Amino acid sequence: MSHPIYIALIPIIPLACFFVLGLFGRKYFTNSAGIIGTLGLLSSTLLSLVTAYEYFFVSGKINGIYQKIEVVKYTWLEFSKGISIDMGILIDPITVMMLVVVSFVSLMVHLFSLGYMKGETRFATYYAFLALFTFSMLGLVLSSNIFQIYLFWELVGVSSFLLIGFYFEKPSAVAASKKAFIVTRFADLGFLIGILILSFYSHTLDFGVLIERLTSTGSPFLIAINAASFLGVSALTWGLLLVFIGGAGKSAMFPLHIWLPDAMEGPTPVSALIHAATMVVAGVFLVARLFPVFAISNPEALKVVMYTGAFSAFFAAVIACTQTDIKRVLAYSTMSQIGYMMFALGVSKYHGEEGLGYMGSMFHLFTHAFFKSLLFLGAGAVIHMVHSNEMKDMGGLRKLMPITHLSFLIACLAIAGIPPFSGFFSKEEILMASFESNKLVYAVALLTSGLTAFYMFRLYYSIFWSKEADTHQAHHGEGTWTMKIPLILLAILAVVAGFAPISSWITADGNPIHSSVPISFSVLPVSLAIAGILFATRLFKTSNELPQRIAIQLGSFYTAASRKFYIDEVYIFVTKKVLFNLIGRPAAWFDKNIVDGLMNLLAKLTASLSELIKGYQSGKVQDYALYFFGGIAGLIIAFIYLWK
Amino acid sequence: MNLTLFLLFPLFTAVAILIAQNSKQIRTIALGGSLLQLGMAVKLLLAYYKERAAGNTSQMLFEYIQNWFTPLGLQYHIGVDGISIAMILLTSFIVVAGILVSWNMETLSKEFFFLLLLLSLGAYGFFISLDIFTMFFFLEVAVIPKFLLIGIWGSGKKEYSAMKLALMLMGGSALIMVGIFGIYFNSHTSTGAHTFDLLLLSKMNIPIEIQKLFFPFAFLGFGIFTAIFPFHTWVPDGHASAPTAASMFLAGISMKLGGYGCLRVATFLMPDAAHAYSWVIILLATIAIIYGAFATMMQTDLKYINAYSSVSHCGFVLLGIGMLTQTSITGAVMQMVSHGLMTALFFAAIGMIYSRTHTRMVAQLGGLLKIMPFISTVFVIAGLSSLGLPGFSGFVSEMTIFMGSWQNPDKMYRLATILACASIVVTAVYILRAAGKTIMGPITNQSYEKLSDASWNEKFAAVVLISGILIVGIAPFWLINLIQPGTEIIINKLGAVISH
Amino acid sequence: MSEVPLTHILFLSTCLFFIGIYGLFTRRNMITMLMSIELMLNSVNINFVAFNKYLYPEKLDGIFFTIFVITIAAAEAAVAIAIIINLYRSHHSIDVEDATEMKY
Repeated sequence: MSHPIYIALIPIIPLACFFVLGLFGRKYFTNSAGIIGTLGLLSSTLLSLVTAYEYFFVSGKINGIYQKIEVVKYTWLEFSKGISIDMGILIDPITVMMLVVVSFVSLMVHLFSLGYMKGETRFATYYAFLALFTFSMLGLVLSSNIFQIYLFWELVGVSSFLLIGFYFEKPSAVAASKKAFIVTRFADLGFLIGILILSFYSHTLDFGVLIERLTSTGSPFLIAINAASFLGVSALTWGLLLVFIGGAGKSAMFPLHIWLPDAMEGPTPVSALIHAATMVVAGVFLVARLFPVFAISNPEALKVVMYTGAFSAFFAAVIACTQTDIKRVLAYSTMSQIGYMMFALGVSKYHGEEGLGYMGSMFHLFTHAFFKSLLFLGAGAVIHMVHSNEMKDMGGLRKLMPITHLSFLIACLAIAGIPPFSGFFSKEEILMASFESNKLVYAVALLTSGLTAFYMFRLYYSIFWSKEADTHQAHHGEGTWTMKIPLILLAILAVVAGFAPISSWITADGNPIHSSVPISFSVLPVSLAIAGILFATRLFKTSNELPQRIAIQLGSFYTAASRKFYIDEVYIFVTKKVLFNLIGRPAAWFDKNIVDGLMNLLAKLTASLSELIKGYQSGKVQDYALYFFGGIAGLIIAFIYLWK
Repeated sequence: MNLTLFLLFPLFTAVAILIAQNSKQIRTIALGGSLLQLGMAVKLLLAYYKERAAGNTSQMLFEYIQNWFTPLGLQYHIGVDGISIAMILLTSFIVVAGILVSWNMETLSKEFFFLLLLLSLGAYGFFISLDIFTMFFFLEVAVIPKFLLIGIWGSGKKEYSAMKLALMLMGGSALIMVGIFGIYFNSHTSTGAHTFDLLLLSKMNIPIEIQKLFFPFAFLGFGIFTAIFPFHTWVPDGHASAPTAASMFLAGISMKLGGYGCLRVATFLMPDAAHAYSWVIILLATIAIIYGAFATMMQTDLKYINAYSSVSHCGFVLLGIGMLTQTSITGAVMQMVSHGLMTALFFAAIGMIYSRTHTRMVAQLGGLLKIMPFISTVFVIAGLSSLGLPGFSGFVSEMTIFMGSWQNPDKMYRLATILACASIVVTAVYILRAAGKTIMGPITNQSYEKLSDASWNEKFAAVVLISGILIVGIAPFWLINLIQPGTEIIINKLGAVISH
Repeated sequence: MSEVPLTHILFLSTCLFFIGIYGLFTRRNMITMLMSIELMLNSVNINFVAFNKYLYPEKLDGIFFTIFVITIAAAEAAVAIAIIINLYRSHHSIDVEDATEMKY
C-alpha cells in the first residue's frame, strides 16, 4: 500500500459530491446532479477495484497471510492519554471486500436512479443524500478505530433516515424514517455502552490494539476485563453483547428488526442500496471486525450471536411467505439472509479450517449484496411501471419487461441456492459450517433455505406470471437504458460471484483455507430448494384457489405471520403506552405542577406574607409615629428590665 | 492583547446606539460592533496560540491587575485561559447571530440593541474576570437586561416569565454571594488580608469544613443559572416568552455563565467539597438529563421543546463537572460551547418560523420544508446537532462527557452514565417528532404556502452559527487542545485532594 | 431659699413631653401636630438645661445643646410649614388623614 492517498479518496469523493450537490445542487445542478454523482462514484468504484487488486494480488500478503494494514491515522479527538478517536484507514480482507461491494452497488444504484428518479423536484438533493450515505458507509468499512466506526455508524443511520423520508410529504414515509432512526439509535445505545466498557478495560479505542489486548493469552487487560463482572456476567461478555446489540439494530436482527420493513417507504433504489446490500450488513461487518475477540476470548457472546441469527433467519422467512407488498417480502428476505450471515459467524471458530463459518458469512455477504440489490432494483423497475407495491396489482409482466424478468429470475435462483448461481456456493459453506458445529442451527438453516426458495418464487410468479394481464399498458416501456444496465451487470454478477475464490482471500485468521463441500452434502439443501420452488410453482404460477385454502387451513398461524407476529404492536404498546403515558406525561405534569408549582408556591408565600404585613404601611403619619414611639418605649423597657 | 477591549467595545457600541439617529443606523452600529467583537475573539485565540507557542506556560495569559477598592481587596483582575477563550468565542458568535435575527426589530429598537450589548458586556466581563467579586458584578450586569428584554419585547405571559426568571436568577445570585463571601472571609494571604483573587485563592487550602459549608451555596447558585434540577423552571417559561434574540442570548450565553461559574469558582476553589458532594451533583444532573428529556417529549410548543431540551443538555454539563475526571470536565466545557451554538441556532430557526406562521404549536405546523427550504434545513440541522449527530458539535461534546464519566469506576456513577447515554435515544424521539411534524409531512395550512423563505440577515445568522457548529464538530481537536490545559489545572487541584 | 429639686423639673418636662405625644397622636390638624412636636422638643430642652445645672454645673454642654435644638426646631418649623402649605395646595386640606397616598 504505497499510495494511501487514493484509498482516502474513495470516501472523500462522495463526500465532496455531497457538499457540492447539497449546497449548490438545487440552484446550479438541477439536471446534471445525477451525472455528477454517478461520475464521482464511478471514480470511487474504480479506486476500490484498484485497491482490491493491489491488496489481494500485489501487496496484501506477507508470508501467505493477509495482513491488517493501517494506512492512515490521524488523531481526531484525544480524550485522554492513549484513548482517542483517530481517523484512520484499516485495510484488511473484509474491508477491501466491503469497499468493492459498497462502491459497486452504490454505483449501480446511482445509475439506476438516473432513470428512476427522473423528474423529481428534489433530484439534486436525492443525489446529495446518496453521496452522503455512500461516504458514511465507505468510512464505516474503512474505520480503524471503534469510535470511528461508531461515528460513521451514526452518519449511516442519519443518511438512511434522510433517504427513507425522502418523500417527506407522505406521513407514512416520515413515520418510517423516524422509526428506522429511533430503533437503530436505541440499538446504538448498546453499542456506545459496549465501546465504553471495552475501552475502559483495554485503554484503547484502536481496533488493532484492542483486539490484540483482548485476545492474547495472559494479557493484563484481558484478565482485568474478565475479572470485572456485573450481575454475574463478565465485563467482556457485557461489552461484546452490547456491541452486538448495536450490530443487531443496524442488521435488523430480531427483535430490533421492526424498522426494516417500514423502511421500504423510501425510494426503491435506496432500498436496494441501504436495506439490501450495505447498511444492513454493517452489523455483520462489526461482529466480523471484532471476531477475534468473540471467537478467542468469549465464545459465550458468540453463542448469542448464533442463536439470534438463526432465529431471525427462520422468523423472517416465515413472515416473508405471507406478505403481499413486494418490497416487504424482499425486506424480510434480507433480514433472513442476514440472519444466515450472523449465525454463520456464530458457529465459526477462529483458527484455520474451523473458521469456515466466518468465511462463509463473508462470502454470503458478498454474493447476497449483488443478488439482493438486483432483486430490489428489479422490484423498482416493476414498481416504476405498475405504480404499486402490491402483488395483486401485478402479474404477467414477463412479456412487458423481458430484461427485468430474466434478471429477477436469476436473482431468485441465486437466493434460493440453486447451482451454479452465486447464492448456492455461499449458502453451502454456511450450511457446512453449521452442520459441523451445531445440528440445531443446521436444521433451522435447512428449513429456512427451503422457505426462502418458496417465498422468492411466490414473489416471482406473482409478479411475472399469475394472470395473463394485458391490463398493464406499458406506459414508458421497461425504463431507460440507465435502468437496464445495472440490472444486467448485477445479473451477471449474481451468476458468477460464486466462483470468486473468497476462501483464499477472506478468512478469520488471514490464512487461506481450502473449503470443498462434497456433492453429497449439497443434495439435501438443493433438493429442498427445488421442492420449495415446485410448491410455489403449483400455488402461484397461475392464479388459483389453493393459496387461499392453505391460508385458511393454517388459520391463526397464518394471520399471526401476516401481521408479523404482532411485534409492531408490542413496540407501539411499549412506546406509546409505557414511555409516553407512564413516563413522559407524568414527567411533564410533575414538572409543571410539582416542581414549578413549588417555585410558584414560594413566590405566593412571599406575596401572602407581605400581604399580611403590608397594612403597617398605611400611609398615615400618625401610625408611623405610633410605631416609632412604641418601638422606642419597647426598647427602653427591654433596656431597663432585660439588660443584665 | 488588552482584554479590557472586550469591555470597551460593547460599551462603546452601546453608547453609540444610544446616540444613533434612526433604526437603520442603530442596527448597522450594532452589527458592526458585534462583528468587531467576533474579530477580537478570533484575534484573542490567535494571540493565545502565539503566546503558548512562544513557550508561555503561565496559567492565565494577558493578565492585568488594577486595584478597585483596596480596603476590601477588590481588584479588577483579568486574564484568560483556554476555557475562557472558548466561552468568549461562543459569546461572540451568538452576539452576531442574535443581532442579525433581530434585524427587523422596530419597537424601541434603540433600547433593545442597547440591552443586548449590555448583556454581552456582562458576559465578556464574567469570562475574563479573575477576581470573584468582579465576576459576580458582571454576572449581575448580565441578569438585568434579561428581565427587561423579556418583560418589554416578549410574548405570551411575559411579565410573569420575566419576573420568574429575574427572581430565580437573583435567588441564585444571593446564594453565590453567600458562597463567595464564605470563600473571602476564610482566605488568608501572606499579608493576612482577605482576598477575592481567584488565582491566589486557588493556591490556598480552605479548611474542609468551611468548604463543605459554602460549596453548596456557590454551586447551587451558579447551578440555577445553568438550570440545575429542581431550579430549572425559569428556563421553559423564560425562553418561551423571550424574543428570539433574547432566547438565543439566554440559552447560548447566560446558561453558560452558570456552568463556567460552577467549574471555575465552586469546583476549582473548593475541591474537597466537590469530592464530597459529587454524588449530589451527579444525582441532580442525571435527573435533569433524563427527566428533562422525557418532559420535552410531551411539549407541544417548539420553544418549550427547545427549552426543556436545554435543561436536559445542560444536565450534561453538570454531569461532566460532577464526575471530576479531566475528560469529563473537558467534555463539560465542550458541551457548553456546543449547546450554546446549537440551541441558539434552534431558537433562531424557531423564531424565523414563528415570525412567518405566527404559531409555534407543533400541531398547527406541517410541511414547511416545501415552503421554506432554507429555514427548514436550518431547523433540521439544529435538531440533528442536538441529538448528537457526528459532524456536528453535539456528538463530540457528549461523547467526551460519556468517555470521561465512564472513567469514574463507581457503580452508581456508571449507572448515571448509562442513563445519560440513554437520554440520547429520548432526544432522538422528541427531535424527530418535532421535525417530522413541522418540517415534514403534508402542509397543514394553505395560507402558509405564500410565506417567504429566509431573508439575507437570517441566512447570515444561520450560517454563522452553523459554521461554528461544524468547526467544532468536524475538527474538534483544536477545541479540546484549547480547553485541556485549563482543565488540567483544575484536575490537578482536584487530584491533590485525593492524595492528601 | 431652698432649691427646687431636680425631680420636680423632670416631672414637669415629662408632663410636657407626654402632652406633646398626646397632641401628636390625637390631632389631625398638621399645624397642631407641629405645635405638639415643639412641645416635645421644649420638654427635651428643659431636661438638658436641668441636667446641666444639677449634674455638671461647671460645664455648658447642655445649654449649647438646647440652643442647638432651638435652632433646628426653627428650621424644622420652616420646612414643616412649607410642606404643610404645599400639601394644602394639592389636597385643599391640612388634615393628615387626607394625605395617605404613600401607602403600600
